[in-house]
Amino acid sequence: MGMDFLTSAPIVLISFLSVLCIVVDALTPKSERITFYFAGFSMLAAMLMAAFTMPNTGTAFNGMITTGGVATFFDILFCMGGLLTLFAARPYILRENVEHDEFYTLILYAVAGMMVIAHAHNLLITFIGIEIMSVSFYVLAGYFRSNTKSVESALKYFLLGAFATGFLVFGMSFLYGSTGTLDYTVMANNIQSGMINFPMLLSVGTGLLIVGLSFKMAAFPFHQWVPDVYEGAPTVVTGFMSTAGKAASVSALMPIAYAIIGESGHQVAGLLAIIAAGTMLVGNISAVVQQNIKRMLAYSSVAHAGYILMGFVANNEKGMTGIVYYVTAYLFMQLGAFVLVSLIERNIDKQLELRDYAGLSKKHPVIAALMAFFMFSLAGIPPMAGFFGKYYLFIAAIESGYTWLTIVAVISSMISVYFYIGLVVQMYFKDAEGEGIDAHQPGLAGLTLTVATFFVIALGIMPSTVEQIARSFFK
Amino acid sequence: MPSLQVLLFILLGIGAIATSVATITRRNPVASAMNLVAHFFMLFGLYLTLQAQFVAIVQILVYAGAIMVLVIFVIMLLNLGKEQSLDEKFSPYKVLGMIMASAFVVMMMSMILGKPSGYTQLSDKALANGTTESIGNVLFTQYLFPFEIISLLLLAALIGAVVLANRTAVK
Repeated sequence: MGMDFLTSAPIVLISFLSVLCIVVDALTPKSERITFYFAGFSMLAAMLMAAFTMPNTGTAFNGMITTGGVATFFDILFCMGGLLTLFAARPYILRENVEHDEFYTLILYAVAGMMVIAHAHNLLITFIGIEIMSVSFYVLAGYFRSNTKSVESALKYFLLGAFATGFLVFGMSFLYGSTGTLDYTVMANNIQSGMINFPMLLSVGTGLLIVGLSFKMAAFPFHQWVPDVYEGAPTVVTGFMSTAGKAASVSALMPIAYAIIGESGHQVAGLLAIIAAGTMLVGNISAVVQQNIKRMLAYSSVAHAGYILMGFVANNEKGMTGIVYYVTAYLFMQLGAFVLVSLIERNIDKQLELRDYAGLSKKHPVIAALMAFFMFSLAGIPPMAGFFGKYYLFIAAIESGYTWLTIVAVISSMISVYFYIGLVVQMYFKDAEGEGIDAHQPGLAGLTLTVATFFVIALGIMPSTVEQIARSFFK
Repeated sequence: MPSLQVLLFILLGIGAIATSVATITRRNPVASAMNLVAHFFMLFGLYLTLQAQFVAIVQILVYAGAIMVLVIFVIMLLNLGKEQSLDEKFSPYKVLGMIMASAFVVMMMSMILGKPSGYTQLSDKALANGTTESIGNVLFTQYLFPFEIISLLLLAALIGAVVLANRTAVK
């Protein structure tokens, strides 16, 4: 048991510190905002612990969680996302005059939930992790309580999220009934050796599980909630949900894909391929017609879930490596874009239309340049990080025989160039109506933008560094 | 002369059916809720005769204790005291519900009547599974991690409730 605590240090530490965070909040004066520093410190500590325990692959607590390997890589990613959100959120909620300590606490809890998901080696743990993350997100989405859009977003997210959780749990119970276990390794062994009751139950269970996770990942045809929820939620929270939250759902599907879908062969891969193709096309085509930048980025996040799903269709070493790389790259570019939107936004939901961005390059050249930079990366233009992510995933899909899916992906990428570059054209080649818009001073958000920019460039120039680390997890 | 266990089972079974029928036939919501509480107590007795002590206690603590308090609170807040607010109207959904319910009854009856299990006594292993001791044992060994981590979920929900319901937080 003592060893278990050491090998699973990141998750034990962040759970402990999350609980401690409430105590700290209660004992320190409100005006000091100690929770902000404490939450930041907690994520930093968990990130370091994850880096230290990365080589210790194995399981802990009676096979309930995995330690080391890709789980710790995701830990670092989630903590990074949480930290960047924290820095960007402070000036944002100060501007909107709604700073409360609970905001930082909830971000810490969401990160803890994501880490639980990444470490799960048991359907039960996956479920608990998803719930911790989702509950924190529901509240964060409705954080601007006096704003009707924010409340609408939270309520929609909560009701539909609860509905999706029902599918998830139902699927899990079917899998349990069929294989007699919740443990991923035992489950994979039982399926492989044919020790299952009612094969029909297994298929239905897997299907329901995919439905539940598709919802959390915002994949077609369970993506309709995304634009409304992402538009209404506080912009920085949207950035957090659409990056780290999506990465967490991906990390939930990863062991399931490896253990269950890998064994039941091409049927499920075919289903995932259809979902992936639909997600990419619907996401990108819907994004083209959006006038609100948050809705546009929401649809673009749907499309990116489609690209990530291509790696699951391939379901081999290359596919998984591609997923890890893509999720990493996507986190920095999408979060960066949302933080920039939060700088331009006024009074919670003003100045969010695309036409408000006309002539931005003249008044705020730095913000416009950064926005263009993130847009190019999201569109997948080399040498930015987004390009290599797509490259790895497309190669993986082609090599596993899904050429048609790759063709769909390339076509939808080309569609996406239209609206990503459309925003750049607005900023650089259109003149502002009247005065043009003012942006806020970035403050701490500048740190977030610097880090995000750095990683998008670094991942683009040296893609093999992360790719090799990711590949070593799936040997 | 049947044994005491069978006698208790029959008595509690009749009680459970009677109180559940009363729950759905009472016009007054509060009377309905009270009958449901009585029904939960009957179930508590039934679980005990089946040697499932833990489930029996949870039945009382969670259902009769916590959930029924919530139900009564909702009745109080919605002010459902007057029965005319619950006037019944005919709707196709009711017919659908009836068909579903009868299908369920047919299924249950065919299961019970068609295939007697032949067991008159539970096995020792099955008896040991229902005790609080055995559940506590696995909860603090094999399921220690989920048991502890679920506290994070409850805390997150608590903080969320405070954030959303806090009066002073409104601008």
